[in-house]
Amino acid sequence: MSGEAEPFIRIENVAKSFGSFQAVKDVNLTVARGEIFSLLGGSGCGKTTLLRMLAGFEDPTAGRIFIDGQDMSGIPPWERPVHMMFQSYAIFPHMSVEKNIAYGLKHERISAADRAARVAEMLDLVQLTPFAKRKPHQISGGQRQRVALARALARQPKLLLLDEPLAALDKKLREHTQFELMSIQARTGVTFIVVTHDQEEAMTLSDRIAVMDRGEVRQVGTPTEIYEYPASRFVAGFIGAISTFPARVIRLTGDLAEVDIPAMDGTFAARATPGLTEGQEITVALRPEKVAIAKTCPDAVNVVEGQVKDLAYFGKDSLYRVTLPGGDLIAVHAVNARRGPDTARPADWDDKVWLSFEPASAIILTD
Amino acid sequence: MTRRPVFLITVLCFGFAFFYIPILSMMVYSFNDSRLATVWGGFSTRWYASLFSNRQVGAALLLSVQIALISATMATILGAMAGIALARFRKFRGRTIFSGMVTAPLIMPEVITGISLLMFFIMLAQITGWPGQRGFTTITLAHITFSMVFVTTVVHARMSQMDRSIEEAAMDLGSRPWQVLKDVTLPVISPALVSGWLLAFTISLDDVVITSFTTGPGATTLPLLIWSKVKLGVTPDINALATLIVVTVGLCVALAGWLMSRAERRRLAEERLAYRAGG
Repeated sequence: MSGEAEPFIRIENVAKSFGSFQAVKDVNLTVARGEIFSLLGGSGCGKTTLLRMLAGFEDPTAGRIFIDGQDMSGIPPWERPVHMMFQSYAIFPHMSVEKNIAYGLKHERISAADRAARVAEMLDLVQLTPFAKRKPHQISGGQRQRVALARALARQPKLLLLDEPLAALDKKLREHTQFELMSIQARTGVTFIVVTHDQEEAMTLSDRIAVMDRGEVRQVGTPTEIYEYPASRFVAGFIGAISTFPARVIRLTGDLAEVDIPAMDGTFAARATPGLTEGQEITVALRPEKVAIAKTCPDAVNVVEGQVKDLAYFGKDSLYRVTLPGGDLIAVHAVNARRGPDTARPADWDDKVWLSFEPASAIILTD
Repeated sequence: MTRRPVFLITVLCFGFAFFYIPILSMMVYSFNDSRLATVWGGFSTRWYASLFSNRQVGAALLLSVQIALISATMATILGAMAGIALARFRKFRGRTIFSGMVTAPLIMPEVITGISLLMFFIMLAQITGWPGQRGFTTITLAHITFSMVFVTTVVHARMSQMDRSIEEAAMDLGSRPWQVLKDVTLPVISPALVSGWLLAFTISLDDVVITSFTTGPGATTLPLLIWSKVKLGVTPDINALATLIVVTVGLCVALAGWLMSRAERRRLAEERLAYRAGG
């Protein structure tokens, strides 16, 4: 066993090029044992290439990958303590559910009885015991996904790689499976690295997320850190909805910054970030749910007047698009907490409204 | 009201007529009692009896089947290897030339293939002393050469449809590449291997041109025998033999079709059941 300081997985200056195309550029990441870690990004951001390098299907052009202290350079996929759940599930079509799960075990020196017991345990884990003898075309998509999971877990890997695990499932099944994945991870204690393009999926599943863009890691953090404290406009825009406005720092007092936002036609207070200087050009970002909407002027630090241009009523909540004094639009999200024909919505189309937000809610972005 | 496409139906009838009337007339004349193939002399099965007592026909049939079995098996092994290489190794030096050369025999006139093989065997015999005499071995080698390409085409098509990740999954689960081939790739492409083998088998069984170039004294396959007999005039026993071949082939095709449609129906029914069960 390595010391406490050594992380379970260390990705060190890893880069990968295909011809002249740089799929992954100089990535450094560490993952702790037992963590659910997500690689999040749009298509072509390099997340799948990174996953395939962990599995051993691709060799890094530069850099090294350590798993449990062991350098993985030159180690072929069949010798790595890593298993993968493929996006297409990659179930062997000519084998029964049981045989699929048992496949990896034939390389382990264990008795037939132990092997059968392990398969039974896996079938039980993913609740497929009644389907053990079925062929893959005789089970549903959700069941196939569970076969793929059981097959990858059967050899008790140190690390499980999941490539878009929920993408092929319909919405209802996806939510259910998400919690199931988390509970299976908790029970087995296996480290999960998940590749996904779905930010909601990454937010609910993961302990930590790495947001990737064009082969680079843009930010690593817990879901809360990524959502509430995005490090750049890219991350802020990628995770959740957000409205961004160009602004300029007027004055810095303590941990507050007075910023001029031309789109809102005024100066506002925002929580300062380290390294900010007076006169600096910045971007102020606001999450829709952090902005309050009212028909009367509220008693708040930051208030701006606007007019409702558009609204989408979802029942439990509403999404507004409000025209600001400068002509820009801002998204505002309000919960419809009260019931009744007149009071269901705080405002209606073309209403004059007052918007307000806390200084701490305004995100200052310099990148 | 839907109008019947009279023109299309007429064309269809003519097409069927052109194709099947000659075969039907051949079958009818195989029951002709007359020694003259084109003059009706009453119903008889005596040509079938004479066929079954004909040693020459029996020996030719045996030779043809032996050659077809060996050449189809070898062509399947070699053709599958070429097909897998073409599908798997995306880029290698000379891939275009390789795939072009593999499929060239498909369009090469059979006479050319036959002559070139004959020349090759003669040269080989002059240099190495083998094959001393043309016959069984040379015919088999020639048949492997030209039927391999059919297997390659079928296997290549199947491999291109196959999900690459199932091979990666096997590798990921601890199998070395040759185990992956044995456990996953070959079972998954087995339908292509079977149909490739059947194609190679039938092509070998009915080949006349290339066989006639590569055969030697004493090695007479069934198509060669029929061909040489017909040169002396169509006799009713040839009609009887041809009728038997047509009936056998027809039954085989019908059986294969029935088996395949049954498997497909069962698969669809099971899939419906699985989706109804949900989960």
